[in-house]
Amino acid sequence: MKPITMERVENTRQEILDTIKSATLTHEQKVCTLAGKADSLLEVLDLPEGLSELLDQPIETQCICDLFEGHAPMRPRYIIPDYEKFMKEGSKFLQLDPPQDIYEAINSLLIFYKHVPSITNFPVYVGALDKLLDPYLKDVDDETAKKLLKLFLIHVDRTILDSFSHANLGPEPTRAGRLILEVERELEQAVPNITLKYDPEITDDDFAIEAVKTSLKSAKPSFANHKMFTSELGEDYVIASCYNGLKLGGGSYTLCRMILGNIAKRAKDLKDFKENQLPYVMDIMARYMDARIKFEVEESGFFENNFLAKEGFIHRDRFTAMFGMVGMAECVNILMEKEGKAGRYGHNKEADALGVEIMEQIKAFNDAHTNPYCEVTGGHFLLHAQVGIASDLKVSPGTRIPIGEEPEELLEHLRHCSLFHKYFPSGTGDIFPIDTTAHKNPEFILDIVKGAFKEDLRYLSFYASDSDVIRITGYLVKRSEIEKLRSGQAVLQDTTALGLGATDNGKVQQRRIR
Amino acid sequence: MNNRLDAVTAPVNKIIRFSSVDGPGNRTAIFLQGCNFDCRYCHNPETRRFCIGCGKCVKTCPAGALSQTPEGQVRFDPAKCVSCDTCIKVCEHDASPRICEMTAEDVMKEVRWQQPYIRGITVSGGECSLHPRFLKELFEIAQKEALTCFLDSNGSYDFSKDPELMAVTDSVMLDIKAFSPEDHLNTTGAGNKTVLANAKYLAEIGKLFEIRTVVAPDLFDVTETVRCAGEMLLPYLQKGAKIRYKLITYRPMGVREKYRNMRIPTEEEMMGLKMLLTDMGWDDVVIT
Ligand code: SF4
Ligand code: SF4
Repeated sequence: MKPITMERVENTRQEILDTIKSATLTHEQKVCTLAGKADSLLEVLDLPEGLSELLDQPIETQCICDLFEGHAPMRPRYIIPDYEKFMKEGSKFLQLDPPQDIYEAINSLLIFYKHVPSITNFPVYVGALDKLLDPYLKDVDDETAKKLLKLFLIHVDRTILDSFSHANLGPEPTRAGRLILEVERELEQAVPNITLKYDPEITDDDFAIEAVKTSLKSAKPSFANHKMFTSELGEDYVIASCYNGLKLGGGSYTLCRMILGNIAKRAKDLKDFKENQLPYVMDIMARYMDARIKFEVEESGFFENNFLAKEGFIHRDRFTAMFGMVGMAECVNILMEKEGKAGRYGHNKEADALGVEIMEQIKAFNDAHTNPYCEVTGGHFLLHAQVGIASDLKVSPGTRIPIGEEPEELLEHLRHCSLFHKYFPSGTGDIFPIDTTAHKNPEFILDIVKGAFKEDLRYLSFYASDSDVIRITGYLVKRSEIEKLRSGQAVLQDTTALGLGATDNGKVQQRRIR
Repeated sequence: MNNRLDAVTAPVNKIIRFSSVDGPGNRTAIFLQGCNFDCRYCHNPETRRFCIGCGKCVKTCPAGALSQTPEGQVRFDPAKCVSCDTCIKVCEHDASPRICEMTAEDVMKEVRWQQPYIRGITVSGGECSLHPRFLKELFEIAQKEALTCFLDSNGSYDFSKDPELMAVTDSVMLDIKAFSPEDHLNTTGAGNKTVLANAKYLAEIGKLFEIRTVVAPDLFDVTETVRCAGEMLLPYLQKGAKIRYKLITYRPMGVREKYRNMRIPTEEEMMGLKMLLTDMGWDDVVIT
C-alpha cells in the first residue's frame, strides 16, 4: 500500500466530521458516506501513469471519472444475483428453505435483498418479479395478490433507499406482471425502477398498453428492446440500475466514464482529437479499469468469500465491465467550433455524422482491448452511455441531445437516437415527458415504441409531464421529495439528493414535453 | 408539388406527422382545404374556403414566404415559412395561402417519412369527402403499405353510394353536429338527413369508429342531440359494434369573431351528457 500525504488525511478527517454533523443525511446515508471516506485513504491499485491528470480534476476539465467507486473496490459495482435459483433452492447462508407459497416467496426475497451488495449498498437488481412471483400466485385471488404485492413493493420502496434498483418484467405477459403494473400505478413510488422487456412478437398489446398506462402515472416501466439485447447478450440478460444491460448471475466489475467534451477541449482540432487526445484517454481509462478488475478478482477476496458466489447465485465468469462515456453533444459542438463550422449536435447532419464517427472510433478501440476477466462478453468491456451525475455541469448524458435543444419534432428526436443506441449493449436510453392532457391515447405511445425498436432504438422512457414521480436521468425521484430536501428536510432515499442536483444543474424539469 | 396531369390532386392545408387525436394509435393526419358546412363554432375557419388572391396576407407575412404572381395568384414557399400563422389570422375569406395541391403519391411520400412509427393515416379537413377520387387513390396505396385508413367527415357525402371508397376505408369518424334538422341547419347551415343515414350505414358495416358532437348549448339542444344520436346507434352497439362517442367541449379558441361569445358548457354539463350515454349502455364515451 502506498503512503499518502498528511494534508489528504486532514482533509478527509474534516469531511468525515462534516458528514457526521450533516443535517440532511439520514443515518444510513452517513454510514455509507463514512465508509467511502475510509476507503478513499487507501492506495492499493496499480494506476496507469497520467491517470491523475485526467481524473483528479474539476468537472470543467475532468476527462475520466470513476463514479465514486473508491480506491479499493471490495465488491463489483453491479451485482446481478440469480434470484430464480434462490427461489428453487433457498440459501444455506441465509438459512432459508425454498419458499412454498406466496407469503414465503415474498418474505424470502425481502430478506435476500438486504444481503446483496453493490456500489450503492443496495441491490441494483431485484429480479424479474413477474416470473419470480407468478407461480406462487396461482393459489390466491386477485384481491389478496394485489394486497401482498402492494405490501411487498412498499417494503422495497422504503428499505431500498436508492432508486438505482431495478425490477424487470416481460417479455411474456403474466398475471403477476399485470398485477404489479396495476399496483405500481396506484403507489406512484420511485423504487424500484422497472423495465418491461418488450418484443411485439412475444408481448401482447394488452400487456404493453397496461405498461404504457403505468408509465404515464408513475414514470415506469421503461421499454427495453428485447430483440436487440437478446441478440447481443443472450436470453439471460437483465436490466439493472439505470438501464444497464448485464448478465444474470453476473454483473459489472466497474464503470468508468470518459467526459468527451473535456477531451475535445484538450484537442487543437478534430485531427488532434481523433489521432491523439481520444486514443490517449481511452487507453488510460481501459488500463485503469483493468487495474480495478484485477484487484477485485485477485485480491479483494469477494468471489471467494461472499455467500452469493459460494452458493452460486453469482459467478465470477459472468461479470464484465462497462466502458462509459458522457458528453457526446458537447464534444461534437466543441469540435465543430474548432473546425470553424456552425452545425450543432442534434440539428445538423454533419455534426451528427461526426458523433457517429466518434462512436465508431470508441467501438473499434473497445473491440481491440481485452481483459482476461471479461470472458462472458468475449474478453471485451461493454460500451455504456452513462446518464450523468448530479454534479455534472454542461455535460449531457451519454449521447443525448442537451435539454432545451431537443428537436421540435419528436420524430426527428427519435431518428437522432436511432443513430446511437445500437452502440451500447450495457445501456443507453432516452426520456420523453408526455403531455397527457393532449395525448389521452396509450396506443399512440406504444406505436412510437414499436416504430422505435424497428429503427434500432434500445431503450425508451416516458412519464406524464405533470406526474409527481419523474425520471431524472435514468433513475426516478418524486418531485415532492426534491422540494422537501430543498427546504432542508431529510428524505428517505439518497437518490433524491441526486435528483435535486440534476434539477438545478441539469435542468431536467425543462425537457421538451411531447 | 408534382401535379401530373392524369393524377387527381387535392388541396392539402397541412400534414401532422404524429397525431394522437385522429383515431387509434399514432397516425399521420392530412387536412384538406375546403368545407361545405358553415359550423358557427368552426375552430379552424381558415380551412373552409379558397384563396381569392386579395393579397392581404402577402403583405403581412414576416418571413417573406408569400408572393403574388402578376395574375394575382398567391405563391407559398414552405422553406421560408416560420409557422407564425399571421397569414391565416389576417385572411378575411376563411382561406389560407399555404395550400399545396398534392397527388396521392405526393402525400404518400410525406407519410412514408414517419414509417414505421405510425399505424395509419387519417384524412380530415375541411371536409375530406369533397375529394372522393383522391381519397380512393391515396387509400389504395396506403393500404398496400399496411397502413389503416380513416376518414374524418361531417357526413354530408353519401358513403353508401361509393362502395369503392368504402372498400379501401377502414373506418370513419363522423360528426353528428345536431340531431333535429332545424338545429343542424342552425348550427351548420346545412341539413342532416345524409349525416344520420351515414351514421347508421357505417355502424351497420362496422366502419364507424367514432361519433363526435361539439357541445355548444347556445346553438342547439345538446341533450336532445346526444340522447337521440345515442339511441339511434344503440342497436348496433347491442349487436357488438364498437363505437366511441366523443363529446367535445365548445371553446372559443380560433372561432370567428362573431361566434366567439357563445357559452362554454360547464364540466358538470359535460359529465351529465356522458352519464346519459353510459346509462343508456355506451361504454366508450370520451370528453375533451
Ligand atoms: S389567403 Fe386570404 S388573405 Fe391571403 S391572398 Fe388569399 S384570400 Fe387574401
Ligand atoms: S405562417 Fe403565414 S405569415 Fe407566417 S411565415 Fe408562414 S406563410 Fe408567412
